[in-house]
Amino acid sequence: MSIKQISAFVENKPGQLAKFTDVLTQHGIDMRALSLAETEDFGIVRVITDDSYKTACVLKEAGYIFSITPVIAVEIPDIPGGLNKVLHLLNDKGVNIEYTYAFTARKQDTAYMIFRVTDNEAAAEILKDNGICMFDLEDID
Amino acid sequence: MEKRYFQPEAECASREQIRAWQSERLVAQVKRVYENVPYYRNLMIDKGVEPGDIQSADDLYKLPFITKDDLREAYPFGLLGAPLEDCVRIHSTSGTTGKRVVAFYTQSDIDLWDQCCARALVAAGADKSDIVQVAYGYGLFTGGFGLNGGSHKVGCLTIPMSSGNTDRQIEFMCDLGTTILCCTPSYASYLAETITERGLRDKIKLKAGIFGAEAWTEEMRHDIENTLGIKALDIYGLTEITGPGVAYECLAQHGMHINEDHFIAEIINPKTGEVLPYGEKGELVFTCITKQGFPMLRYRTKDICVLNAEPCECGRTFLRMSKPMGRSDDMLIVKGVNVFPSQIETVLLNKGYPANYQIIVSREKHSDILEVNVEMTPEMFSDSLREISSREKELVEALKIMLGIYAKVRLVEPKSIARSEGKAVRIIDKRNLY
Ligand SMILES: [Zn+2]
Repeated sequence: MSIKQISAFVENKPGQLAKFTDVLTQHGIDMRALSLAETEDFGIVRVITDDSYKTACVLKEAGYIFSITPVIAVEIPDIPGGLNKVLHLLNDKGVNIEYTYAFTARKQDTAYMIFRVTDNEAAAEILKDNGICMFDLEDID
Repeated sequence: MEKRYFQPEAECASREQIRAWQSERLVAQVKRVYENVPYYRNLMIDKGVEPGDIQSADDLYKLPFITKDDLREAYPFGLLGAPLEDCVRIHSTSGTTGKRVVAFYTQSDIDLWDQCCARALVAAGADKSDIVQVAYGYGLFTGGFGLNGGSHKVGCLTIPMSSGNTDRQIEFMCDLGTTILCCTPSYASYLAETITERGLRDKIKLKAGIFGAEAWTEEMRHDIENTLGIKALDIYGLTEITGPGVAYECLAQHGMHINEDHFIAEIINPKTGEVLPYGEKGELVFTCITKQGFPMLRYRTKDICVLNAEPCECGRTFLRMSKPMGRSDDMLIVKGVNVFPSQIETVLLNKGYPANYQIIVSREKHSDILEVNVEMTPEMFSDSLREISSREKELVEALKIMLGIYAKVRLVEPKSIARSEGKAVRIIDKRNLY
């Protein structure tokens, strides 16, 4: 149910993020989502790509330090308070969200969010039980 | 130039007289150390020297050196020169690998040290009518107690402020009419700036300052002198030898007079140990000829200096040493505190970081900034910003405990630390002090 996110270490200085995305683009890797969390000095850039294995190889080659983190991609119901509903479902069952960011899927008008939670399986079950859809990467295209 | 001395009979003695004192005191000191300090006795035996080989100061070169490594090895009591019960105080400074240097003082050591500091104060124009504000730290650091003792000896009203608390420093300066300020040059700069910013320049009565414990430039001197309208004088010392007052500047402001009736200075080639003639640049070596508690013989300071034997216009006959022009090891002095790269390396390794680091020292508004860049590793990386930041905080804490001062840690990308000929450049000192 989860998808693989690549989290990489970057220094927080001008041009570092562009340098990172250049590496992926040059190798024909398509980024589906990107988020940056940063402190004054450094940041963690998190990406969902069409090929996580290739992404890992390319980044390794380029000397980046990264990790692969399982996250879930959740379809946000297209109703008022849709995101709120998802957050409440997880919160009420004690699943903590470490971070979340938006994610756009091609060819569809649906809104997705990436969730990094304390327990992927528990989260997936809760959401499924409540009729919320999640996607594997293949579904998104 | 106003000529005033604390002990003119010593400070202005003939060179022959100074040499005679040195010879007589050295011979006695070597005998005493040989008997009381087994560690040094062994160094002498290893070198094949006996107390009888030292007949005068001309024989000094025959004695073995004491290095920082010896201090570490002999820690804490191995170089003690008097019974512990005769010692009345210690001072301490950081050593090469986190092992501290602890120096012992008998009452006589303290009295002589106070006299040395009194000479420095009088050379700056002090008499008993002066009000001396000591803004060096009081504690294990020698600065506060040293100048405090000197000020008492001169009979000045002494304000034992210690370092920090700028508002109160300036308040006392204005309200009590401080005439002589003693602190690090960077703190003096900071005080000068703050006083100017607050428009208090007319409210202060300062006439002179004694600023030591860290390197400073002529440009800084002129800045401080012009901003505060004072004479800014340098002072030299190190805990191993006694503290501030080993050498002091006079109003001629051209080198620091070494208190040669207590300390014999030599300049050596740091590579060969060979003694160099006056005027040549090399490593400064001191021999304490009157100290009892911690009698260093031929202690290698690692400071690179030049000795000047020319007569000084102030009338003092003591040799003058230049400001240190660098170090023969990789020690840095940051905010008046000794920092060894090996200490930082020890902390990094203890905390699981690799030894790929770079130390960057800079100076902003005359205040030192210490930064440590550390290369990120796969083991230390995590997807959680919080986790990385908290590890970073732990590292900052550990460095603070080891060094005694705050160092900013910056995590950098792997292989981003500059390497020259395959070797990482460990230290970047942007202060241009030497
Ligand atoms: Zn002089």
